[in-house]
Amino acid sequence: MSRIVIPRRKFLRFSALGLGATALGFSRPADAWTFEELIASAQGLTYRAQRALGGRHSMAREFSAADLSPDFKVNGTERPDTPEYEALLADQFASWKLRVDGLVATPLDLSLADLRALPQRAQITRHDCVEGWSAIGQWQGPQLSEVLSRANPLPAARFAVFHCADFLEHAADGTGQYYESIDLIDAFHPQTILAHSLNGAPLSVGHGAPVRLRVERQLGYKHAKYVMRIELVERLDTLGRGKGGYWPDRGYEWYAGI
Amino acid sequence: MTQSQPLTKAHAKIFVHRHALVTRITHWINVLCILILLPSGLQILMAHPAFYWGPYGSDRDRPALEIGAQETDDNALKGFLRIGGKTLDTTGYLGAVKDADGEWHDRALPYWATLPSYRSLALGRRWHLFFAWLFVANLAVYCLVGLANGHLRRDLLPTRKQLNPRALLADVVHHVKLQFPRGEAARHYNPLQKLAYLGVVAVLLPTVILTGLTMSPGMDAILPWLIDLFGGRQSARTIHFIAASLIVLFILVHLVMVVLAGPINEIRSMITGKLKIEVEAGHEPDRHSAP
Repeated sequence: MSRIVIPRRKFLRFSALGLGATALGFSRPADAWTFEELIASAQGLTYRAQRALGGRHSMAREFSAADLSPDFKVNGTERPDTPEYEALLADQFASWKLRVDGLVATPLDLSLADLRALPQRAQITRHDCVEGWSAIGQWQGPQLSEVLSRANPLPAARFAVFHCADFLEHAADGTGQYYESIDLIDAFHPQTILAHSLNGAPLSVGHGAPVRLRVERQLGYKHAKYVMRIELVERLDTLGRGKGGYWPDRGYEWYAGI
Repeated sequence: MTQSQPLTKAHAKIFVHRHALVTRITHWINVLCILILLPSGLQILMAHPAFYWGPYGSDRDRPALEIGAQETDDNALKGFLRIGGKTLDTTGYLGAVKDADGEWHDRALPYWATLPSYRSLALGRRWHLFFAWLFVANLAVYCLVGLANGHLRRDLLPTRKQLNPRALLADVVHHVKLQFPRGEAARHYNPLQKLAYLGVVAVLLPTVILTGLTMSPGMDAILPWLIDLFGGRQSARTIHFIAASLIVLFILVHLVMVVLAGPINEIRSMITGKLKIEVEAGHEPDRHSAP
């Protein structure tokens, strides 16, 4: 159950000390949190609370076609600026393959046609951006669970990592490539799909062509666009800057259910 | 602490026990939370300074209210507030603001209004979400203890006599004339005061907390009826801001009343629990009337 990046030991000590006393800086043991770590700890509390309140099976609201937003805003990368992506785009993703590997018994390479041949799920959901705006769209694609179960995850796997084609930043430490990760509870949730179409049409480049993740109970930045590879891992601290995603590496919560 | 100090033959000043320990502790934790939740909330708002009504809303969906900036022909920044069809020039206050070095920035809110002062949605969220937990826990303690020891019913619920229109009108007149209760009447909250506190505790705080919860897509999956109650996510976001604004209004009035009623006595009473009141000498009923 405790699939979370925050160490449990610290969380327990935090609970034991009591919110008020710790917030005011009383009785801090030598290896206690910095204030920044303390306020970041709310993430662990939120994650545990939402999972405990039935978050494993609760479903995001699905809307009807009458509720669709007239405009679905494009945010983040609008067009990946790499020659590799331009080449894929040039032949309309005919040579694109989704790599599924890491802690799996059967690594997969799936074409767009393979993904379209799997059982499909279409869902009209609301996309909530961390910035505060919302848009409602209809997404279609195979459930991620369909893909992952064909790859036969190994017992050690705890997170699904999505490696993307786009660089949001060409950072000096080489970490600017977009990636995101979710726990296996969300990875196997029925509404978590690999969407290849929006509102009945193939995904536009702005919305993440050829495939983007939909993880409906979390904020927009978790919905990785331009997915190239899905890797199952046991831990997140060896990837990027160690926080499990492009935006989590830059101070945003890894668990974006809030 | 409770010795009487006779002033004249007719009057004495005594200390009465006004605020229970739990009331005082939760009050000051509340102050801390609000002082952080408001500016960190404005930091979050700055990431998309527009309000909509209904389940969705983004740039092209015609916000009901919007803050922004435009560059004029001579390269100056003009800030604006657009509400309904009207556009107000808010340069210097909203939309386009100056930093400490006097440089203009395309920024919805002034630097003093946000936490942190520089633009950081990530840090604003961290502060906001941590102190939201503390705020809710604190309110829960206040309400549970208040129900158990009768504080809410005895001190905040207006009596039938107080709700009598004539009594309410008289209290309005007292407030307008800035006449503050003395003697026996100072032992209890007056009707408008009770209604204001009760309105905050029973209406505004639950509204701001519940609309805040609906900002969470995880909670929306767990409690789908809650977001329907507020007419969809963008309506809920707008109501969250309105409720927070009304809390600011309450705080301003509250602070003015504290200053007018005697700031030292009032603030001391929220620290030590003891309020100094004037009573007729020789007439000193029990001192624990309103814990």
